[in-house]
Amino acid sequence: MEIFAHLADGFLIAFEPLNLGLVVFGCAVGLFIGAMPGLGSVNGVAILLPMTFLVPPTSAIIFLGAIYYGAMYGGAISSIMLGIPGASTAVATTFDGRPMAMQGRADEALIAAAVASFVGGSISIVLFTLFAPPLAEVALAFGPPEEFALMVLAFATFIGLGGDDIPKTFFSICIGLVMSAVGLDIVSGEPRLIFGDLPGFFHGINFLVLAIGIYGIGEMLWTVEISKGEVMVSQATVTLARVVAGLKNLKGTIKTMLMGSFLGYFVGILPAAGATPGSLMAYGIAKTISKDPDSFGKGNVDGVVAPESANNAASTGSMLPMLTLGIPGSPTTAILLGGMVIWGLEPGPLLFVNHADFVWGLIASLYAANLFALLINIGFIPVFIWVLRLPFTILAPLIFGLCVIGGYAPTRSMHDLWLMLIFGVVGYLMRKLDYPMAPAVLAIVLGPLAERSMRQTLIGSHGDITEFFVRPISGTIMVVALILIFLPLVNVLRNMVRHRISKTPL
Amino acid sequence: MRVAELVMAIAMAVFSLLLMWKSTELPIGWIPGEGPGGGAFPFWLSAAMLLCCIAIIVRWVLRASPPSRSTEAYMDPQALKLFALVAGSLTVMVGLIHIIGVYISLPLFMIFYMRVLGGHSWKTVGGIATATPVVSFFFFEIALKIELPKGMTEPLFYPLYDIFM
Repeated sequence: MEIFAHLADGFLIAFEPLNLGLVVFGCAVGLFIGAMPGLGSVNGVAILLPMTFLVPPTSAIIFLGAIYYGAMYGGAISSIMLGIPGASTAVATTFDGRPMAMQGRADEALIAAAVASFVGGSISIVLFTLFAPPLAEVALAFGPPEEFALMVLAFATFIGLGGDDIPKTFFSICIGLVMSAVGLDIVSGEPRLIFGDLPGFFHGINFLVLAIGIYGIGEMLWTVEISKGEVMVSQATVTLARVVAGLKNLKGTIKTMLMGSFLGYFVGILPAAGATPGSLMAYGIAKTISKDPDSFGKGNVDGVVAPESANNAASTGSMLPMLTLGIPGSPTTAILLGGMVIWGLEPGPLLFVNHADFVWGLIASLYAANLFALLINIGFIPVFIWVLRLPFTILAPLIFGLCVIGGYAPTRSMHDLWLMLIFGVVGYLMRKLDYPMAPAVLAIVLGPLAERSMRQTLIGSHGDITEFFVRPISGTIMVVALILIFLPLVNVLRNMVRHRISKTPL
Repeated sequence: MRVAELVMAIAMAVFSLLLMWKSTELPIGWIPGEGPGGGAFPFWLSAAMLLCCIAIIVRWVLRASPPSRSTEAYMDPQALKLFALVAGSLTVMVGLIHIIGVYISLPLFMIFYMRVLGGHSWKTVGGIATATPVVSFFFFEIALKIELPKGMTEPLFYPLYDIFM
């Protein structure tokens, strides 16, 4: 019952006027960001993180959490109205959402998406509230070897489950880690990797510089290129009667919603997976278990409900490892984790002990954010449709401007601004060649933590590397991580062998 | 696309070598009883980067990765022009911040973008280009107490500092 006492404390924090205001404001901003084609939660959180220095850390994370939530709701809006996913997490929503809009059922699709998001969000927050404290309790026993093993596992999931080009994924992880090593060596205090003796490198490369570069500048360059063509906004009329009718129609989709919510939540916990694969998997399963699989892709409500409940559940799921273990479950939570370091909080299980108000304030605010996102979403559908008509050539310079100021503000150095621009342009050019960017962002956030825990372990064990494997917990995690890393290699070898066998004439 | 894939892999391989060379400024070996030296972490990671680049090049030769098989242009002329304009004007804006500060440089960029690339009316362009610096001044300088770079326009802000700070 301790959980309920904590949660009650959390609600007291979340309902302070400032925090409640930030939840509502954050949801609205998140919905807007999510609704805009090309921008998703990760872009919104990266670009707006520097703006949160105005308020205390608890309010800041509440605001960013609300943006995260709102963006998950908002992604569906452009998927349905434009047929362009508002964020990668809403790709699966276009499959049936767009056909529904074309048939004049846009309002039905929008309401289904909003309600499914709400159900997914609610179920996942309850799961989160129940799971987080015991997990944090277990994690309290973790020392540096376990921490390091967990980080290896986080990177291993990208290689084992990522599915992208493996050498490029691995490259992305390494370059992120190397960039995190720039600055002063954490053990000896000696400067390292100071290019051209530029003083700007001494304080290291701030993760925000990379995050805003890639998710701000790089993403916008990407969107500028793909949004050249004209897009058509569907019409939607929203009246109270139609909302009620739409809600009644959703009765038959409850099973799909529940499936999407649970699936999304557990997929969201995995570092490499997150909301995008979670929603695609939920769509696939909904289609498989449906009595009428042929109607999918032609405007089946279940096809909207499944991915939308899953992506909201996944966004909450990805916060579980972030808060309890200090390992982010998605690029967005990687940025939130980096934010915690900037705000002076030590990520990891100790958060639950030392900063209980921060953790429970955030958890309680997610309940509130979920409700407000639903209300704002349904209440302001016409406003969001108007937003979609806003020309991109007005939004783009505004967002570029935000990136430039946001890139400068945390460290107040022009050096970082130039780095951000370089990262953005190079990141965009690499992304065009299928280099995944999320592992690099995760790596630059986790890099200093990983290096410190590794070297602390080795100093403690007098340079004995077996320390990582003989401790039961870290040993198990390490073995799982190694299996994940070598899984693709085994597949490659197997394919080669099979290839050779098929070539040899019988 | 094929050429771009190879060029990027080679460029990144060279970058990895540079990082490896730079890491050797600190001990990269194993210090007995203490573990790896300060340069070991970046050195071996850069070495791994180099290996990845070699793998990417091998896959390019084998035509194993999608971009190495693609016959599409990396950027068609229209996309290249747009990229050059946007990235170029961004670079010019950041460069100009050093000289005339963010409050002049940013609106100039916005005017260029909205007018030249977007073709919007002067009323819209003017409104947004005026509102942005005013809002950012109040948000950053007054509320957040973060001074944004002003370059040679710094003296113009003295009266404003007197009023608001």
